[in-house]
Amino acid sequence: MINRAFLFLILGSIAVLASGTIDGEIVKQDLNVSAIIMFLLFVSGTLGITYWAAKRTKSAKDFYTAGGGITGLQNGMAIAGDYMSAASFLGISGLVYLKGYDGLIYSIGFLVGWPLILFLIAEPLRNLGKYTFADVASYRLRQTPIRTLAAAGSIATVILYLIAQMVGAGKLIQLLFGLDYEVAVILVGVLMILYVTFGGMLATTWVQIIKAFLLLSGATFMAIAVMAHYDFSFNSLFTAAVDVKGIDVMSPGGLVSDPVSAISLAVALMFGTAGLPHILMRFFTVSDAKEARKSVFFATGFIGYFYILTFIIGFGAIVMVYQNPEYLDLAKQAISGGYPILGGKNMAAIHLSHAVGGDFFLGFISAVAFATILAVVSGLTLAGASAISHDLYASVFKKGNADGQSEMRVSKMATVGLGIVAIFMGIAFEQQNIAFVVGLAFAIAASANFPILMLSMYWRKLTTRGAVYGGSLGLATAVMLVILGPIVWVQILGNAEAIFPYKYPALFSVTVSFVSIWLISITDNSQNAKDEQAMFDAQYVRSQTGIGAEGASEH
Amino acid sequence: MNQELVEKIKANPDYQKLVKTRTGYAVKMSVAMLVVYFAFILTIAFDPSALAVPLSDGGVTTIGIPIGMAIIVFAFVLTGLYTKRANTEFDDLTNKIKKSLGEN
Repeated sequence: MINRAFLFLILGSIAVLASGTIDGEIVKQDLNVSAIIMFLLFVSGTLGITYWAAKRTKSAKDFYTAGGGITGLQNGMAIAGDYMSAASFLGISGLVYLKGYDGLIYSIGFLVGWPLILFLIAEPLRNLGKYTFADVASYRLRQTPIRTLAAAGSIATVILYLIAQMVGAGKLIQLLFGLDYEVAVILVGVLMILYVTFGGMLATTWVQIIKAFLLLSGATFMAIAVMAHYDFSFNSLFTAAVDVKGIDVMSPGGLVSDPVSAISLAVALMFGTAGLPHILMRFFTVSDAKEARKSVFFATGFIGYFYILTFIIGFGAIVMVYQNPEYLDLAKQAISGGYPILGGKNMAAIHLSHAVGGDFFLGFISAVAFATILAVVSGLTLAGASAISHDLYASVFKKGNADGQSEMRVSKMATVGLGIVAIFMGIAFEQQNIAFVVGLAFAIAASANFPILMLSMYWRKLTTRGAVYGGSLGLATAVMLVILGPIVWVQILGNAEAIFPYKYPALFSVTVSFVSIWLISITDNSQNAKDEQAMFDAQYVRSQTGIGAEGASEH
Repeated sequence: MNQELVEKIKANPDYQKLVKTRTGYAVKMSVAMLVVYFAFILTIAFDPSALAVPLSDGGVTTIGIPIGMAIIVFAFVLTGLYTKRANTEFDDLTNKIKKSLGEN
């Protein structure tokens, strides 16, 4: 019998951009046997795939892009796997559970960046790049400064994201599987190093695909189980939810109240998504622009479907978990009243899995949550390792004279290095308030990576000077405004009032970035600037037609 | 790609047509997505009660629910429309350009 007396904690740290903190004591659980068996199945299956992939990963191109032979459907599924993190699954269903309609607002924000990626970025990115988005940004600009900045933006995004994932992973696994926090973090780190170093992009892609399939299947089952309970009538489900929680769950409830925050959040989500290095890197795994487009089409479908499921799951949790004595945190209720659930709002989906499918399905969903974290950290680490080996080592340090084998060796060493950094960061940040890190990662991606990428592809007058100074300024503004904002300045540093009043800096930092890149570029009259502008035509023709683009390698 | 080839492709009417049609289409689609999304977000910021109107008298389901779901479906439909057109019409033009280069 599995001990159901969970004492979960708020996993607000990984709750996307939603605010929330990790507080209180975490109590380690008894071993959850069915979850562990299913998790072991996943791990042995994926390690088998890694072994298979390792035999097919011979060149640098194999390592970074799986040889460029992934199909649009596979890549779409893998992109969805990258994007549907444990944070999306638990965080958004938890937000719906807590606030109803407001959760949907977040989901929509996370989705609408995808059509823009398709219309504006996917195709030129595929046509111009090889392994990293810095390939595109530095296509006609000076390699050393542009690659250094792009790598800095990538590595910063990756490490921030990794911290959030590792801390979330440690707590989640500790709670679901009854492992020690440190053991859980080390386990995630070691498995991720194994997948990426030995299996490269091919193994990482298949881990993503399998995980996306498991997550979509599990979420579909939960949503159907909930709907079946209400004869597949949304109106009955909503009526039941309103009966327990009141009419407020059916309409916007002030999560995004002032216009500036609303627009700033929208900017961060849309442009940030288009500047995430691990997402951008996925476009190099397909053979051509046609498959790149299909990737986004399928990914948008899977992600949109998933968000509709999380909405149903959140409402399902309102009617089946809220006020259900089996899932109530009685100790907390005795102190603060109300109906606090065990582990906090982000455990709503996990409790619901037990309510609709018993211990066995709870084990399945727990294992899927663990698999989700593993897949996401693998994709992140590969993107970070590529920035180190391809951008910094091969292009900046070796000036483009590194051979493929030594470049691949460096990226494997970088993978191990990033894995170790992630483990130490995960342990160091265990007790820290990390609610700001994912927001900061999105802000940096939106303010540094995205403007440089976008302008380098479409704006003839962009110069190295403009990109480097303007991009750096955008990055610095994003970091400064997060530090001076309400989460870090008030909640963490304990000051009375925030110097910068908004939680999301993107509207300001993205504007700073675009305006300063523009201003510094148009005032750049150097010969170098003229040469770079002269090269725009050749770049544009290639970006539009794909003539000269990287193809798939033969296997 | 050498400068001569670049000039040749730029002078190709098919290339000019490709760039013009596709850029126009991509911009139109992007604007459609942005307008729908920002209309939604700004409604929430300025007049959230507009989304709280019940669909039927006495019912609990608000108009905000189908609107939210529709935006998700809308985003997906836009990607489908673009992908379909790009993978046929635009790719045909691209192939025509490539072919004209091979023949010369």
